[in-house]
Amino acid sequence: MTSGVIRTPRIAYDAIVIGGSSGGVEALMALLPALPPTLRSAVVVVLHLPRDRRSLLAEIFSKRCPLPLKEAQDKDAVEPGNVYFAPPDYHLLMDEGPRLSLSVDAPVHFSRPAIDVLFESAADLYGPRLVGILLSGANEDGAQGLAAVRAAGGLAIVQEPASAPMPTMPRAALACTPVDHILPPAGIAALLEQLHHQSLL
Amino acid sequence: MPHQKKAKTADIEQRLLIDAIYHRYHYDFRGYAPASLKRRLATALLHFQCKTLSQLQDRVLHEPSVFPALLEYLTVQVSDMFRDPTYFRSLREQVVPLLRTYPSLKIWVAGCSAGEEVYSLAILLHEEGLLARTLIYATDINPHALRAAESGVFDMARVAAFTENHTRSGARSSLSDYYTARYERVVFDKALREHMVFSDHSLATDSVFAEVHLVSCRNVLIYFERDLQNRALGLFREALCHRGFLGLGSKESLRFSAQSDAFDDLVLDDRIYRKKAGL
Repeated sequence: MTSGVIRTPRIAYDAIVIGGSSGGVEALMALLPALPPTLRSAVVVVLHLPRDRRSLLAEIFSKRCPLPLKEAQDKDAVEPGNVYFAPPDYHLLMDEGPRLSLSVDAPVHFSRPAIDVLFESAADLYGPRLVGILLSGANEDGAQGLAAVRAAGGLAIVQEPASAPMPTMPRAALACTPVDHILPPAGIAALLEQLHHQSLL
Repeated sequence: MPHQKKAKTADIEQRLLIDAIYHRYHYDFRGYAPASLKRRLATALLHFQCKTLSQLQDRVLHEPSVFPALLEYLTVQVSDMFRDPTYFRSLREQVVPLLRTYPSLKIWVAGCSAGEEVYSLAILLHEEGLLARTLIYATDINPHALRAAESGVFDMARVAAFTENHTRSGARSSLSDYYTARYERVVFDKALREHMVFSDHSLATDSVFAEVHLVSCRNVLIYFERDLQNRALGLFREALCHRGFLGLGSKESLRFSAQSDAFDDLVLDDRIYRKKAGL
């Protein structure tokens, strides 16, 4: 290393995918504001929402989150350090590019957007360079998706069921796949902070 | 890197299968966004009890019954009548007054799937007194979906959501005026169908077939990659009459397309555009 070129160490995880349903907004309230402003991974979020209601999530969280935040549009390029929300009544997938893709395929677990759809496509695209986080929720969407993240070598994190207003979703994931961390929202925030400090995010 | 190797094999198989379908059946999915296709193919693998896409490819090429069944899995978008009611409200308020000035009207619903949007438009035009002079071309690549759309039959369980959407679109009548209920199904009035022509048409391989005043193509382009999106938008531009109208899905946009200079924004929030003069 005599060239004198300073190299930025490559981060370990290019993207973080987050899924939640009932009680998920509360967990995100703890998580998103705590994200480091210099985060280099892209963050993509699916929250189950009432159909047909304009999503206000991007507006709600943009005041509280230190990172640029927007609702996904068709074929948006995935930019490092940006946060994307799935629009209501569309599935959100990650595609080559990396780009965001939308679909109106049938609901999965009665949900569109479905967490499984995002997590499985992201796992396929990123393999071990992905963090999957599954939060509170009242159905079993996301369990198979998180299993796919883990099976592809990614880091799997589940909200501790006792800390979740609706523990069905975290419990379903824990029954479906081994995971790397089981933590309350504040603990997940601290873990992300630590991974960022280690230049992994 | 075991994961990357495995993923790469699946990607190769997907590309080969899509190529095989194109060469054997002339259905062109080569310009489709791969992630959604992959998901649809994964569902098809379960149905056909194949372990790999290579196995499925073998059956697609050698068993004549397999491709028509696979096509159902490759074209499974699910819409509602009056999906995004504000789109229909904007058509009603901003586009219909201009359409009124034409003695006869032609509309193209590209990618009509099971017909939800075609019937929505026909009902809206009937409410506005324009249906009698309108012909709606409804096209899709899936012949089964076209037959379903032509039949005008929908599950009763979906009608409550359709009705709510219809009301929010600024309805001037009751949706129930347009259908009769039979057991668990509703059948839409044949009089609406007299103003519809259903036809097999591919945005990937076919060309323009008529001049139209309005193209409505919603949540079809999301399945395409940029090049194919540009091809489809080029067809719409070519098909539209002087100052014709184009409606896209609520998360689709002309902004980054090759056709962005050919259209003005009419109602940007609802993705309704108008072809520029002189094009």
